[in-house]
Amino acid sequence: MDSIIFYCIALFILISGLLAVTARHIFRAAIWLLFTLMGIAALYFWMNVFFVAAVQIIIYVGGIVVLIIFSIFLTQQAGQKMAVTSAKQSVFSVAAVLFGIAFIASIIGRFYFVGRSETLNDSVNTIGTQLMSFTNGYALPFELVSLLLLAAMVGSILIAMKHKTENKNN
Amino acid sequence: MPEVLQKILWLSTALFFIGVYGMLTRRNMLAILMSLELMLNSVNINFVAFNKYLHPEKLDGIFFFLFIVTIAAAEAAVAIAIIIHLYRYHKNIDVGETEEFKY
Repeated sequence: MDSIIFYCIALFILISGLLAVTARHIFRAAIWLLFTLMGIAALYFWMNVFFVAAVQIIIYVGGIVVLIIFSIFLTQQAGQKMAVTSAKQSVFSVAAVLFGIAFIASIIGRFYFVGRSETLNDSVNTIGTQLMSFTNGYALPFELVSLLLLAAMVGSILIAMKHKTENKNN
Repeated sequence: MPEVLQKILWLSTALFFIGVYGMLTRRNMLAILMSLELMLNSVNINFVAFNKYLHPEKLDGIFFFLFIVTIAAAEAAVAIAIIIHLYRYHKNIDVGETEEFKY
């Protein structure tokens, strides 16, 4: 029963992922991307890591996809289709992808992981105390990432801002 | 338990290479960004699965997941700012036609 659910989730993720990279309308591709990310959140729920699943839904589905859809509205004429990739290019891309999958498959097939059945304690309390612990935690990377977010925010506002001289010329 | 980890690794491999295929064939910058999100997500699946099935007493994989999500959000914000700025000048966001980035 458990593995049937896993196969359903995996099939859903792979099909919507394929449609996300092949759909001709970019808006439809964004919606398929949304379904893929929801499927990945479902996979995290299946793995019983609820905090991770919640973060996935909040940040990816609620944040990044919405951002992408907004920018599609800002940069795309309605109903415009994307250019078809040439047959030569898609053949070479498929060949590259198959080569990559074969390479990774040879690595995965060589290992047999001995898993453990202990349950992972992923309550928010444990995650917070271990993340910010000063002895073996990630306090410094945490602060660096917050700086990075601030820099990215300021930088993207600066880049996307309309300059005054431009307005006069337009 | 171990065969579960194996299955998840196969799934994330397939998802990663779907993202690679999108990156190689798409010409629209926003579509390339979407393929990039797919690849980042497949890596996240690996981190969480290894943490859950190989080292359930630690939480480092989840921390890496959190950092990757944060950096992906920052990267998407900057990329979309660049794309919108580019659209204002060219009215076009195809990678083939915006040749100013070459210099």
